[in-house]
Amino acid sequence: MIRRLPEAWRRPLAVTGLVVTAAWLIVVVAAPLLAPYDPLAQKFPRLRPPGGEHWFGTDDLGRDVLSRVLYGARLSIPLTLLLVALSVVIGGLLGACAGYFGRWVDETIMRVADLVFAFPTVILAMAVAASLGASLRNAVLAVLVVSWPAYARVTRGLVLGLRTREFVLSGRLLGFSVWRSLRTDVVPNVAGPVLVLATLDIGTQLLLLSGLSFLGLGAKPPTAEWGAMVASATQVFDKWWVGVFPGLAILTVVLAFNFLGDTLRDALDPRTARAIKERAL
Amino acid sequence: MKHPLFRFLARRLAVSVLLAVGVTLITFTLTNLVPGDPAAANLGQQALGNPAIVKQFREQNGLDKPLPVQYVTYLGHLVQGDLGESQQSHRPVDADLAEFVPATFELAGAALVLSLVVGVAFGVIAALRRDRLVDQFLRVTSLAGVSVPTFWLALLAFYFVFYRLRLAPGSGRLAPTMTPPPHVTGLYTVDAAMAGQWDVFAGAVGHLALPALVLAAYTIGLLTRFTRSAVLEVLGQDYVRAARAKGLPGRVVLLQYVLRAALVPIITVAGLAFGSLLSGTVLVESIFAWPGIGQYAYKSATNLDLPAVMGVGLVVGAIYVVVNLIVDVLYGVIDPRVRSTT
Repeated sequence: MIRRLPEAWRRPLAVTGLVVTAAWLIVVVAAPLLAPYDPLAQKFPRLRPPGGEHWFGTDDLGRDVLSRVLYGARLSIPLTLLLVALSVVIGGLLGACAGYFGRWVDETIMRVADLVFAFPTVILAMAVAASLGASLRNAVLAVLVVSWPAYARVTRGLVLGLRTREFVLSGRLLGFSVWRSLRTDVVPNVAGPVLVLATLDIGTQLLLLSGLSFLGLGAKPPTAEWGAMVASATQVFDKWWVGVFPGLAILTVVLAFNFLGDTLRDALDPRTARAIKERAL
Repeated sequence: MKHPLFRFLARRLAVSVLLAVGVTLITFTLTNLVPGDPAAANLGQQALGNPAIVKQFREQNGLDKPLPVQYVTYLGHLVQGDLGESQQSHRPVDADLAEFVPATFELAGAALVLSLVVGVAFGVIAALRRDRLVDQFLRVTSLAGVSVPTFWLALLAFYFVFYRLRLAPGSGRLAPTMTPPPHVTGLYTVDAAMAGQWDVFAGAVGHLALPALVLAAYTIGLLTRFTRSAVLEVLGQDYVRAARAKGLPGRVVLLQYVLRAALVPIITVAGLAFGSLLSGTVLVESIFAWPGIGQYAYKSATNLDLPAVMGVGLVVGAIYVVVNLIVDVLYGVIDPRVRSTT
């Protein structure tokens, strides 16, 4: 089956990325079957090192770390995917409008995007999350606030380039409405680069979301969330297993999606890939 | 003032001023977004029951005025350096920040130097050995660098390097037995070197090394990846091929032809990298007990101390606007093409 894949997808990094992503997706679906215990049950001896009964040990409240890590996937991975999808839709729509309509629409949207870019991302996300109040929903909103402008910039640039191309113009001459022109001529040509950006962005946004939880601005205890688990591990840092495993979970998910994103970029035309990177910066 | 460089500088400066105003607009909006009523937060239960006191409180603090008027008042306070009072320390936020900024500058600065040196070197090596084993290895390393959660790496480094192996000195900026050097810049390494206190200098560098390395992991990865593609792009240019063809030694081609051209776009990424380093301090400093704005932001965020969080946002936003201005100006000075297009 591997033979049928294009060359770019047969490299070790791509295969690793695919396998690890698939494994985590299985965990998302089957966490209740895979987890040995209830992730919230505080019924075990506290701070037990990894061993036979508890492969990843137990935490400061006597909960099974392995079960919490597995259940954490159910929270973080679907939420991050939803987050990226929302950023693509919101940023993409706004960027397409800016590029297609130009003038004040363009000015308004892109100046707002510039304002977001005026802050380092974690700082702005932290300020937004703190002012909305500490909750997972607000953390998601905060990440959304900082993540849409990258898509708006990329989409706007691509649409701007496409707008004057002959096949788009001839469509308009044939009497295509604005929306039909966008749908049939513009969107298919924007999709590839945006897909690359989105895949690489999954990692970034998971890091940001778990970072906010680490700051106490996301998931609340006793929820099994990886960033919050690392945060609670700082209280008992000499018991390494409490923090190591949830962090390792974040690392492997982010790394796998970055492997996939890199592969996707190589599989597409390298010239577009470079253009995307420059615009995203 | 007709010179294109001046026109370029004037335009860039105007953009930065607008951005700085935008930064204040955002912090103002966020402050007013608070679901809680400021009167409820500041007045006692009994006073809240008395409408006259609540009305007086609102009038005294300008809360009865329309939002644009409140924004102008807010700007007026900012111009005087008044960022409000921290709900935790009960001190003015600007005094808190002034105390913590130098430590963060020292940490982020050290991390920036580290990531520029290591990241550019890695990127050049990867490009020159394209698709060989070294390149593959550096590719995985740099991807790991941008994929690792900074706060987790900090915890791991603290546990293994400091607690288990005892390879690094303790947390904070200096051992408690040492007196900080006389205050000039606020950067312990620089101040100690200027005062000639080399034992303090060594202590400060020792304390700085581990947190700076942890903080730099992300930007080293970022710069390695960017430098690699920048160098590869230049290597394919005709003038590089021509230089090779006329028999110039490889070292000369690399330093004078390739690196010179490839380093120009890297300046832009350095600005971006500084932004992510400032972000990263929020996640790293608290673990190393590094007394900077990152740790201050961490404490403020976990306690929902809003004036303090907004103060950090404002100051870091302003620093970032200035850094980006410097980057753009440098870029415009080095590369004349930029002046006409932006």
